[in-house]
Amino acid sequence: MERFRPPVGAPAGPVVVAPVGTSVPRVDGVAKVTGRALYLDDLDAAEAWHGVTVRSQVAHGVLEAVDLDPAFDWSNVTVVTSADIWGKNAIALLEDDQPALAPIGGRVMHKDEAIALVAAPTRAQAFAAARAVRPRIAPLPAVFDVDRALAGPALGEAPVLYGSDNVFKQFLIRKGHASDAELEAVFAGAAHVVEGTYVTSPQEQMYIEPQAMMAHWRDGKCYIVGSMQCPYYVHKAMKPLLACDADGVVITQAVTGGGFGGKEEYPSMIAAHAALLAHKAGRRVKIVYDRDEDIAATTKRHPCRTRHRLAIDARGELAAIDIDVVMDGGAYLTLSPVVLSRGVLHAAGPYRCAVTRVRGRVVATNHPPHGAFRGFGAPQTTFAYERQIQKLARHLGEDPMALRSRLALRIGDTTSTGQLLEFSVGTDEVIDAVNGVAGTPPARDGKNAHGSPVRRGRGVCFYFHGAGFTGSGEQRLAGRAVVAAVDGRFEVRSSSTDIGQGAITMFTQIAAAALGIEATDVTVVDPSTAQVPDSGPTVASRTCMVVGQLVERAATTVRAKLEAWAAERGVRGTLHELARAHADTTRTELAEIISYEPPPGIRWDDATYTGSAYPVYGWAACLVDVEVDLDSYEVRILRCVQAIDVGKAINPTIVKGQIEGGTLQALGWAVLENIVYKDGKVANASMTNCIVPTFADAPDLETILVEVPYPFGPSGAKGVGEIPMDGPAAAVANAVEDALGCAFDSLPISPEVVGAARARWERA
Amino acid sequence: MKIALEVNGAQRTVEVSPWKRLLDVLRDELRLTGTKEGCGEGECGACTVELDGEAVNSCLVAIGQCDARRVVTVEGLARDGVLHAVQRALIACGGAQCGICTPGIAVCAAHVVDRHLVDGVDDATARARVRELLAGNICRCTGYQLIVDAVIAAARDVGPA
Repeated sequence: MERFRPPVGAPAGPVVVAPVGTSVPRVDGVAKVTGRALYLDDLDAAEAWHGVTVRSQVAHGVLEAVDLDPAFDWSNVTVVTSADIWGKNAIALLEDDQPALAPIGGRVMHKDEAIALVAAPTRAQAFAAARAVRPRIAPLPAVFDVDRALAGPALGEAPVLYGSDNVFKQFLIRKGHASDAELEAVFAGAAHVVEGTYVTSPQEQMYIEPQAMMAHWRDGKCYIVGSMQCPYYVHKAMKPLLACDADGVVITQAVTGGGFGGKEEYPSMIAAHAALLAHKAGRRVKIVYDRDEDIAATTKRHPCRTRHRLAIDARGELAAIDIDVVMDGGAYLTLSPVVLSRGVLHAAGPYRCAVTRVRGRVVATNHPPHGAFRGFGAPQTTFAYERQIQKLARHLGEDPMALRSRLALRIGDTTSTGQLLEFSVGTDEVIDAVNGVAGTPPARDGKNAHGSPVRRGRGVCFYFHGAGFTGSGEQRLAGRAVVAAVDGRFEVRSSSTDIGQGAITMFTQIAAAALGIEATDVTVVDPSTAQVPDSGPTVASRTCMVVGQLVERAATTVRAKLEAWAAERGVRGTLHELARAHADTTRTELAEIISYEPPPGIRWDDATYTGSAYPVYGWAACLVDVEVDLDSYEVRILRCVQAIDVGKAINPTIVKGQIEGGTLQALGWAVLENIVYKDGKVANASMTNCIVPTFADAPDLETILVEVPYPFGPSGAKGVGEIPMDGPAAAVANAVEDALGCAFDSLPISPEVVGAARARWERA
Repeated sequence: MKIALEVNGAQRTVEVSPWKRLLDVLRDELRLTGTKEGCGEGECGACTVELDGEAVNSCLVAIGQCDARRVVTVEGLARDGVLHAVQRALIACGGAQCGICTPGIAVCAAHVVDRHLVDGVDDATARARVRELLAGNICRCTGYQLIVDAVIAAARDVGPA
């Protein structure tokens, strides 16, 4: 937080007193509105050389050699290929299948894969040098279609990219039936079956700060600073690559201009590149991606196809759910198994059903690897089940929200993994909140400001999102956080990063509240692996709920210990004064490290995929009104209401901002965002044609915070970061169906898609 | 080429290629790193500055065009240790999250407020106008709602001309 402390004489922000539950101004607010916050590219590093990546223009092939143009002046350039890597040529994550640089003599797996690196004194020189590097790649057959990738290896028609069958990971969840035949018997006896196939597109995170990383070596030790979500992911990846122990590399987060999952795993790759270049060049090297490079090479949301069947009994209850999820993982495994896991665990939705089968596969193709993006698999499967429930409402002639309420999970029900819901289920609260403000739907037909005929409609959805890591993830990770009394002040030390979501402010509030002091006496230490313990990654809606709770417990313990110390010595005063006295007397800090402990009753079986998939869920209901321009085919969002159960809003304004940001990403995904691949390469790798919503595209967003406390979160808080991304796209599709009378089951519902469906909706 | 320009009220002279982008001169020559690069092609607005009273994308302006002209960057919004009304409102309303787009948005919003472009109309009209005026600045964090709130609050705070 030192980076956000105003220099002497600088404009001061408001004085901060920070009880939990109030919207105190962001700790980093003044630094950010004045332009003083230093992102990686702002750091004073005039002497640093600039690194540029040479990338494959072949989707699949054998890298025979990396040639250097003899006509180019290489005297002031550092070139790095796989031959320069002295450690293990892999980005360690779940598996080590992804190399830092394509191995010479080995395979290139996708376009824009890193082949070689160059560094030079200026960016222009580095780009010129990169153009003079000539990879020689012998092409192999490539596969971009998941069905071909699945069926092809057996038939000899598609290359084998992973294992023997191109399946990175598969899951099978069974509830209430022992065999496929039993499941089919329920479908055979159903009063009605709703069936559909739902396709969602890849999506770019589009953080406004492109990826950026800088490295230098001193006394045999590597120091890396950059834009990232997870310093310890980078740390883990660097150790085998640089063949060093934990102390041989220090990772520090710079102020980070957005992440949304896009800076979860890929920063390890750029850190590797910067470290290798800096080592060979013998100087500091900085890599800042151009926007087109960032869009082309870094991870996207997994494109997904979900086949979904609902069996309805004669009473209109869900008798069985059967789901098959297929995601395109791209060329390397990255985090795909975990994304698929979250996808299948959410696929049956927040609905009561005794018989459920969910199958999921994530498949290797020659696309650039897909990876983490807010929601992490759940938005894809949520789109499918909320379209299905909508179709069921149409079939039954029942009010869409009333149907959802009738079928929804409540306390005492079990999820698709058999998890018994015992607390913090906000179903009724969120549905009532949306119903309370819904009002009358917009008039069906009309004209817009341009005089074009329009058709309007309303859609709703109801959804949930598991907060924190899946299954036993938190226990395996055993995240830690520290609160310490140092020189009369209090420090929070954790590896949770502030990527804009307000982690610093939220930790400040939690610690100050638990210590009973003013927020100005709390410092959140900058996340650097040299200074903070591994609290786990900044992902999975876990920072506030899981790490915030560690901070709360640590602060409570520090306070108790200080008070006990003072009582023994008869020292009196405020906690601040006690901390001062302790520091002056003992000349040591009083630090408390707290490790994660699972809440009671958590039980998860990885083998059968049954039990408590998540410690708790967030619950949400959404309402969207749309207007379809019948001339331009544009879908305009007129209104979007989200009611989200967050347990407890530590800082309501920050929580509202989180929800609204996620909501607009979902609305963008619904109607305009897309990644277009052509022969395995991103064809729209620029902000001109890879568009995201602007001020003018966004409707006013109506956000309702619902608080159904989680007994084991800090002050009752549970995760909020991802949930707003899951539902709105389905609500938009439901609204477009309401407006035009025909189904839209793929995203995005772009003007091209609406136009192509004209014959369908004119008939409807 | 020698270029003399006024930056945040101070006369500055730089000797650079006339083709260098104003953005790079601000960041690299004058070390005013508040102005950010998000796309380098005029789409995102993170590099917005005022040039002779117009909000422009500094990634699309060659420094050769800037001789004898007046530039205001985010560093020039606060005066005498007092934040601009827009900066105060962005903090109070929660209009800044990751902060990378914030300098560009603050400059553009200050332009809107200082020129009274949303005064004298009802809130709904003002909100629609703010959305149009700031449509060249992309924010991926906020969903824009709290930024629009902030600009309206700042305009009401400053009051009519």
